[in-house]
Amino acid sequence: MQEMEAVIGLEIHVEMNTETKIFCGCRTAFGAETNTQVCPICLGLPGHKPVLNQKAVEWHAKAALALNCEIAPYVQFDRKNYFYADLPKGYQISQFFYPMGINGHVDIEVNGETRRIRIRQIHLEEDTGKLLHMGNITASPSSLVDFNRAGVPLLEIVTQPDVRNAEEARLFLQKLRTIIQYTGVSDCKMEEGSMRCDANVSVRPKGSDILGQKTELKNMNSFRAVTRGIDYEIPRQIDLVLDGEEVIPQTRHWDEAKGVTRAMRTKYLATDYRCFPDPNVPPFKNDPAWVEEIRQSLPELPDARYARLVKEDGLPPYDAEVITASKAMADFYDQTVALVKEPKTVSNWLMGEVGRCLNTAGKEIQETALTPKHLAELLGLVKKGVITGKIAKDVMDEMFRSGQDPETIVKEKGLVQIADQSELDPVIDRVIQANPKVVEDFHAGKDRALGFLVGQVMKETRGKANPQMLNELLRRKLQG
Amino acid sequence: MELCELTANELHRMLTGKDVRAEEICLSVFRRIDKTEDQVKAYLALHPEEALEQARAVDRKIAKGEEISPLAGIPIALKDNLCTKGHRTTCASKILYNFVPPYNATVVDKLNGQDVVIIGKTNMDEFAMGSSTENSAYQQTCNPWNPDCVPGGSSGGSAAAVAAGEAICALGSDTGGSIRQPAAFCGVVGMKPTYGTVSRYGLVAFASSLDQIGPLSKDVTDCALMLNAICGHDPMDSTSVPTELPDYREALVTDIDGFRIGIPAEYFAAGLDDHVRRVIEEAITVLEQRGARVEETTLPHTEYALPTYYIIAPAEASSNLARYDGVRYGYRVEDAKDVLDMFSRSRSRGFGAEVKRRVMLGTYALSAGYYDAYYLEALKVRTLIRRDFERAFEKYDCLISPTTPSTAFRFGEKVDDPVTMYLSDVFTLAVNLAGLPGVSIPAGFVDGMPVGLQFIGKPFSESTLLRAAYTFEQSTTHHLKRPSLTPEVE
Repeated sequence: MQEMEAVIGLEIHVEMNTETKIFCGCRTAFGAETNTQVCPICLGLPGHKPVLNQKAVEWHAKAALALNCEIAPYVQFDRKNYFYADLPKGYQISQFFYPMGINGHVDIEVNGETRRIRIRQIHLEEDTGKLLHMGNITASPSSLVDFNRAGVPLLEIVTQPDVRNAEEARLFLQKLRTIIQYTGVSDCKMEEGSMRCDANVSVRPKGSDILGQKTELKNMNSFRAVTRGIDYEIPRQIDLVLDGEEVIPQTRHWDEAKGVTRAMRTKYLATDYRCFPDPNVPPFKNDPAWVEEIRQSLPELPDARYARLVKEDGLPPYDAEVITASKAMADFYDQTVALVKEPKTVSNWLMGEVGRCLNTAGKEIQETALTPKHLAELLGLVKKGVITGKIAKDVMDEMFRSGQDPETIVKEKGLVQIADQSELDPVIDRVIQANPKVVEDFHAGKDRALGFLVGQVMKETRGKANPQMLNELLRRKLQG
Repeated sequence: MELCELTANELHRMLTGKDVRAEEICLSVFRRIDKTEDQVKAYLALHPEEALEQARAVDRKIAKGEEISPLAGIPIALKDNLCTKGHRTTCASKILYNFVPPYNATVVDKLNGQDVVIIGKTNMDEFAMGSSTENSAYQQTCNPWNPDCVPGGSSGGSAAAVAAGEAICALGSDTGGSIRQPAAFCGVVGMKPTYGTVSRYGLVAFASSLDQIGPLSKDVTDCALMLNAICGHDPMDSTSVPTELPDYREALVTDIDGFRIGIPAEYFAAGLDDHVRRVIEEAITVLEQRGARVEETTLPHTEYALPTYYIIAPAEASSNLARYDGVRYGYRVEDAKDVLDMFSRSRSRGFGAEVKRRVMLGTYALSAGYYDAYYLEALKVRTLIRRDFERAFEKYDCLISPTTPSTAFRFGEKVDDPVTMYLSDVFTLAVNLAGLPGVSIPAGFVDGMPVGLQFIGKPFSESTLLRAAYTFEQSTTHHLKRPSLTPEVE
């Protein structure tokens, strides 16, 4: 049987974090009451004229440069004409003929190998409104429209068909999200719709350079959905081809609940958008000096940061990858290391205890009360022997909850380590007396017995006993 | 002579000399409207209470000894495609029958800032598409010089109102001649400024790369005053120019000694009415007598202006008018089966025949497979047309031509033949394609009907045009003639 491979191109829409919309002064905040962030311009009322948000252009260039794109010397906004109730003007203003970012790429690591996913273009456009259907989309008696989203600046990133499977798609999207988040251009939250991904999927005999008929997968609202959607679509197409049937070029909706892709009505498929330059938005030329200025303003990007953490800080590649996956985490790491100068310890804590707290709380590090200064202080307390490592974990929980500094927590809760023999002696004696059977076991050579006794002392001291001192004292008393 | 027959400049002098009150001027205009509007039908809406209130406010200012602007207290009419906050703005279309903008066009704000008195909204061809105002969904406006004739269009209501004394001045919009052609037909002055001189914010778009707002007035002086009032950079319109503009009153001098004026041969070719030609030739003689050196020149791509225009303008219009879908405002059919049915039937019923024709033309020109052959080609020819003018302006201070090939035609004469109708703008279209300023002024009469003389200049040479036009005007008396409406009315 012939081996088949998939050819996948991705189209990713990313909503920008700009304060205001692309052609008017309306706010872009997510989750506002319907139709409260609108004005005559973004509602497309007669007589309005768009005025381009320069910040959006600047950020567009930033994102494009971060994705290794060239900045086109000439940029023009065009009108993409089609009728839909969520499209206030009957056209969307987009860069159709002359996109600003072209010929970029993102490298991903797949099974230890570097794969380059080329980016064909990244262009700037306006988002549409949102339809709110009463009931389901086909049987709804009426629909409402929320125009808050209409005119939010949107980046559309189009890859070359370089992706081969769902895993690569996921890795690419995660890397893309990380890079864009680093630039600060978008928060890229798929669940809030600020990052959306469509996939063009086709299959062909492995090694062939002819592209098969493609389908466009939509409505994949999470990384998991993208993976599942593609994982469903590839075998579906392969089965069709191997059965001698044809793949019908169509838009297919990912049904999250049923786990299948389904053909949408094919009515709009052959849409002719009749694009032409928008006479209301003057085209512009990019000054190389301006491009250079934007390039200089870029923060250290994930790949460079990863390399630095491995090379200069001596972190294991895995640690470096986890830490740099989020700019906030990497910034936190850098700021903490600047204070305590022990990269591996900081990384252990961030990936261990801090990571655990974040997972439990379901938060990102920048959303918590934790600060690099406090983490550094905590590590300092452990190092100086003021508290034990075990206690430090409890202190971390408290820092996470309250945002208090570790020293105050340690003082208020009386968590200072007991490293004073006169304090430990009576406790050890009590434990030995209370457990004659275990002491016997110890003398019989059962090593576990010592561990049990240590645990009992720890329990009595609420974990504050200095572990080395305790071990030593206990052993001495038992053997003596 | 009644107050309503005077010019803004004359009335301003009377106001500051306390010879008349703004309220009296306003009442005079409304009395004239009462008398002639049944016949002229220039207005789609009148705002008498607000107008009188505005006029009284000016009188209070004068009484307090405050300085007033040159247009303070002057009754002015607005074409109904200029958005007026709180007042219906219909574009003479059924599809906007109930549209009340929540904002003013920038020009309206500017006029309000000068304390003008806004009389009402004037009739027009639907969405400014037409040359006779016959394409209005609401009413037919008559030419005050002959009620059997059209006033021209699309700013026919504005031109007729000024000519009939139903407004002192008016604003119109000009996409292919829509100010200059009706100005010529109604015997008034009409100017299309350089693209970008006047903000288009709040002008309901027809073809955005061609549209420009401009004044209609009884004489060149008022034209300069109006232009002063409405021009200037507007951050709300990205195509409005950020440069400093002159005070156009300084152009009002009667001196064109040594002016070099070109006459494009193509504008005097077949299709030009012989009587109109003779009037223009006389006008040329007048200009020469005032010291201008007039000679024939050529604009070789002139014959392509009309087809080029009728690709670019409808293409942009097809997109600009896509927003009228019944979703957010305007006309919507009540019994739609689904959203597509709502779009298509609201539009089918809401738009008139000419609008639909142009939307279809434009949709076609932009469609896949035709875009390169039509739209892109048209853009290239547009560049050639612009270059024709650039070459001509290397030699000439301005060009002159008849504004229209004939005087005002009769109602119904051209409605069944769109191409003949389109040809009535053949001398004005190219100016829009090239983004140039053009002004039409009264140059004489043929069988009692006015003839317009058009001055065309290089970008931002409005002062030059006004100077030439003013010199001509001051050497003639055509602009002083007023139409006498039918005996039973007058």
